[in-house]
Amino acid sequence: MNGATIQDQPITTGIRKVIWASSLGTLIEWYDFYIFGSLATVIATQFFPKSDPTAALLSVLATFAAGFIVRPFGALVFGRIGDIVGRKYTFLLTLIIMGGSTFCIGLVPSYETIGFAAPIIVLVLRLLQGLALGGEYGGAATYVAEHAPPGRRGFYTSWIQTTATLGLFVSLGVILITRHILDSDPATSIAKFNDWGWRIPFLVSIVLVGVSVYIRLKMHESPLFAKLKSEGKTSTNPLKESFGRKRNLKMVLLALFGATMGQGVVWYTGQFYAQSFLENTCKLDFDQSRTILIWAILFATPFFVVFGAWSDRIGRKWIMLAGMALAVCTYRPLFRAMEQATALPDRWPMAGGSTHQEELQPLASGHALRISTDAFDFANGIHVVGVTTDTLFQHRPHSRSKYTATITKQVPSGTYWKLVGIVFLLILYVTMVYGPIAAFLVELFPTRIRYTSMSLPYHIGNGVFGGLTPFIATLLTTLHMGDRLVGLWYPILIAGASCVIGAVYLGGRIDNDVHDRSL
Amino acid sequence: MKRALGLLWMALGPLAIWHLTATALDQITLKPTLDTKIQWGVFVGVFVPIAIGLVIFGYYAFRGEYDQLPSKSDDL
Repeated sequence: MNGATIQDQPITTGIRKVIWASSLGTLIEWYDFYIFGSLATVIATQFFPKSDPTAALLSVLATFAAGFIVRPFGALVFGRIGDIVGRKYTFLLTLIIMGGSTFCIGLVPSYETIGFAAPIIVLVLRLLQGLALGGEYGGAATYVAEHAPPGRRGFYTSWIQTTATLGLFVSLGVILITRHILDSDPATSIAKFNDWGWRIPFLVSIVLVGVSVYIRLKMHESPLFAKLKSEGKTSTNPLKESFGRKRNLKMVLLALFGATMGQGVVWYTGQFYAQSFLENTCKLDFDQSRTILIWAILFATPFFVVFGAWSDRIGRKWIMLAGMALAVCTYRPLFRAMEQATALPDRWPMAGGSTHQEELQPLASGHALRISTDAFDFANGIHVVGVTTDTLFQHRPHSRSKYTATITKQVPSGTYWKLVGIVFLLILYVTMVYGPIAAFLVELFPTRIRYTSMSLPYHIGNGVFGGLTPFIATLLTTLHMGDRLVGLWYPILIAGASCVIGAVYLGGRIDNDVHDRSL
Repeated sequence: MKRALGLLWMALGPLAIWHLTATALDQITLKPTLDTKIQWGVFVGVFVPIAIGLVIFGYYAFRGEYDQLPSKSDDL
């Protein structure tokens, strides 16, 4: 059967169920993983008070360990199980661990209630989340790919590739909705959310996981793995076969340095650093920075499937490398455009004047907390709100304590949609590098050790290289204060190196036969 | 070209380890808090094995292991 005929085949009911069951579970796992990150500030005040140095230490561990150490470790643990026991039961297990951990985080009493036990429990649950995520993706991608007919593998696995972005989309949506529905007064609603409402997105997870587990339980094992198992040809030591044998290890290293490393930084820059840049560098307000990302994700997500399907026709390599090359060449101009779009045109307000409000909140000590809110309208339509908080002393009303000041901007409609367009482009690059990569990784390794071999480079590329992008970019900004775009050199250099390695060493083939017939 | 570039990847590994370790020590000296130590400890602990992997990748490239890639996963 030639490629064109295969690509014209309709999706059968069976494969649709496989894609649906795998994608839903993976989407929920990403949702679970992201809500912790999105609510990190609220969680820190509930469980990791800065006044307790040990709790603060656990906070740092929860942030770093879950993403960078536990995820690759989870890839090894669950990859091994998946290559020995089977794909279906392994990614069922990871889903249950992830869902259970997420639900439990929503139930943990705060530091104020149970003291030091609270941050320890949350840390353990967060580590379990990282472990489960490390095992989930490889299983889902392998499961779908091993059901897909030759010539359609890129298209079918691209549905799995949409889940990471859609998981972020759902998590942002659930958080935004929850923040605004707890009370008719927006300020009270946000206060309630910060107090107890943040638990809702975590608790909701159990319903989603329950549905997904039910659907996955009805699925059969991957036909390729089932055949391998019935013939007694599964690997007895997938770790040794994957990383102890030169002929496979060299492909693991090539997958990491020639593909997943660059893909990871492009992904995290497009979806996470862009949001952080809008909020922290451009000072855009909370709701606008998130809704901009939500719109951009909504418009860009179909392109995962477009590029996945296209990779079945022209190969995976050059689509992924083109995405990296575009990122390398355009990151600085695009981020500079975001910075300029949100820049204030003049030092002073040009239109609509300004307003000033002061609120005094009595403190138990007899002093008072003064909250001053100043709002300005600028000629280019940007609305700026500055909030200054300081303490007025009872016996010395004119002296002030060290004060804190925050500034947030709201941009007009035209600028808002311009920013949506820029973030859309950044996520479009993500769809180019990420859409075809599951099929690419599956085709690189044999069935008997596929789960283990593809999971490790994927999670080092995404968890370590990608996950560190916001930290390293921010760190570079603090080390080199003169250039606000200096943080972009990290993803540019990593994506550039990966692009060169991929262009020189990767083959442009599509392996139509991942069935390992000789086995 | 594949083999010649292998030498570059082999050289980049130790260079990356040296640069990372030196930066970590500088940063910890500048701000010797527990947060800084953990952060840079994780960076060094995670990136050093990856840099060693880059050296191995370069060595394989230099030895011509990537001159002819397997045509399908079955060949592995």
